[in-house]
Amino acid sequence: MTPVERSAGIRVENLWKVFAPKGVAVDVNDPDRLAWAERAGAVVAVRDVSFEVKPGELFVVMGLSGSGKSTLIRCLLRLVEPTAGTIVCNGHEVTALGPRELTEFRRHHVAMVFQHYGLLPHRTVLENAAFGLKLRGVPREERYARAREALARVGLAGWEDRYPSALSGGMQQRVGIARALANDPAIMLWDEPFSGLDPLIRREMQDELVRLQRELRKTIVFVTHDLDEAIRLGDRLAVMKDGRFVQVGTPLDIVQNPANDYVRRFVQARAPALVNGYGVQGALAGPWPLKAAAGG
Amino acid sequence: MFPRELQHHVGPFIDRAVDWLLVNYGGVFDAVSGALLRLLLQIEALLRALPWWLVIGAVGVAAWLLLRRWTSALVLMALLFMIGVFGLWPLATETMAIIITSVVLALVVGIPAGILMAESDRVRAALTPVLDAMQTLPSFVYLIPAMMLFGLGKVPAVLATLIYSVPPVIRLTDLGIRQVSASVQEAAAAYGANRWQMLKEVRLPLALPSILAGVNQTTMMALAMVVIASMIGARGIGQEVLLSINRIEVGRGFEAGLSVVALAIVVDRLTQGFARRFEPPR
Repeated sequence: MTPVERSAGIRVENLWKVFAPKGVAVDVNDPDRLAWAERAGAVVAVRDVSFEVKPGELFVVMGLSGSGKSTLIRCLLRLVEPTAGTIVCNGHEVTALGPRELTEFRRHHVAMVFQHYGLLPHRTVLENAAFGLKLRGVPREERYARAREALARVGLAGWEDRYPSALSGGMQQRVGIARALANDPAIMLWDEPFSGLDPLIRREMQDELVRLQRELRKTIVFVTHDLDEAIRLGDRLAVMKDGRFVQVGTPLDIVQNPANDYVRRFVQARAPALVNGYGVQGALAGPWPLKAAAGG
Repeated sequence: MFPRELQHHVGPFIDRAVDWLLVNYGGVFDAVSGALLRLLLQIEALLRALPWWLVIGAVGVAAWLLLRRWTSALVLMALLFMIGVFGLWPLATETMAIIITSVVLALVVGIPAGILMAESDRVRAALTPVLDAMQTLPSFVYLIPAMMLFGLGKVPAVLATLIYSVPPVIRLTDLGIRQVSASVQEAAAAYGANRWQMLKEVRLPLALPSILAGVNQTTMMALAMVVIASMIGARGIGQEVLLSINRIEVGRGFEAGLSVVALAIVVDRLTQGFARRFEPPR
């Protein structure tokens, strides 16, 4: 793995995901019919979302549970099938891929890290880290070598022959991260990867991600419900509510100029020190390494 | 009394239908019957060729390897020895041959059926009532269709046993696969697992403990059925039980009954121990 590698970005245009009960037809271009479908029980999880993630950028989507953020990140590799819209990842129009192309796309261009790890309990740490490569059909020697390298990168050298059940939550998530890194994808998707971890471990893992990102420069979409985490990690972040992006900007933007009351209340509740009294100076000196301050 | 005028018998009709089947498709039934009988006889010949001490020794070793307890291994060996002491060893061999044949067939049919059920809701909707019926019917009733089509003897016994014992392995394969954690399957899908890889790498291995529990259940049900199958002329320990019931020979029935229990315990312990080997490490 080269220390600094450029990877292509992500472009999402007018993405919709509507979960409709059987027999309820949905047309997102017709507001009347959409309203009718919603009354009939359809749930709009993602509502006309457009955004772009630049190559090498860490883009955080922050929202409370039910805001549609998990659905959104799953749409990016069609674990959830979008209702409408266009997604282009790493130069591939994901929304236009056939089933086989989609499988190939998932194998080669993206890797995902999950909140619940998604490790195979009957496989060792090494086999788990090599799993993505196995699905690609990489020969055993090579995939184990790459998995070992990835495990070493996340600090799990020496744990290769253990089973996931013998590891703590934080270490299991490291295996999940190693599995993603072993694939060496251009794009990484992180779905609340640290939400299940203790606060101290969570902080440690966040630092780890910052360090990895400095070395690898992947294009990352990171989903979280935690504003602190979003501000610590994100080059840019989007605040999501009821399936829409309420505000998109740098962490500093969002803290300084909340677009509306919702974001303001959010910032106030999570970071009173930023808003009351200390101002931006306080924020810069504060507990978060605000990236915007570093000239980003 | 139920009025005589309302009585109507379908029996003659069924008789004619079976006759028709046998006349027109007799060749098919003969072929199935012949193939089954050959398989059965080979298994039986193999079991018969094994000296008794080798069988008991092998069970002891297997018990030690699977259960890791000397007491269990010794008890299982003693139970088999007891069957020999009662003079029922040859009959027990014949019983085991029928059980092994039926269980092998049940697994060959049942595991793929369970996988299909888990993969497709439509197959599941179609098979569930059939399985319910198979398990609700009293076991005696299975003897009738088997006997109708294949006459008396070991082949209908194998088929009746197969029908009676196959539902657990189908159900538990289906259940096991459906219970595989959604988050693990989602992760595999996200990394580009196709349907076959999903089945082979994720769903089957994670469902394996449940599938093996189904194998255990199927084996136990086969053992229960094979005793009843003696009523349509399958030789074995069951026949001994049937004879002693007909002749009201309590002591003889006791020996035979105890031997059946002994076989059941040995088979159950061994298959359970085997199943436990495949539980995920913790």
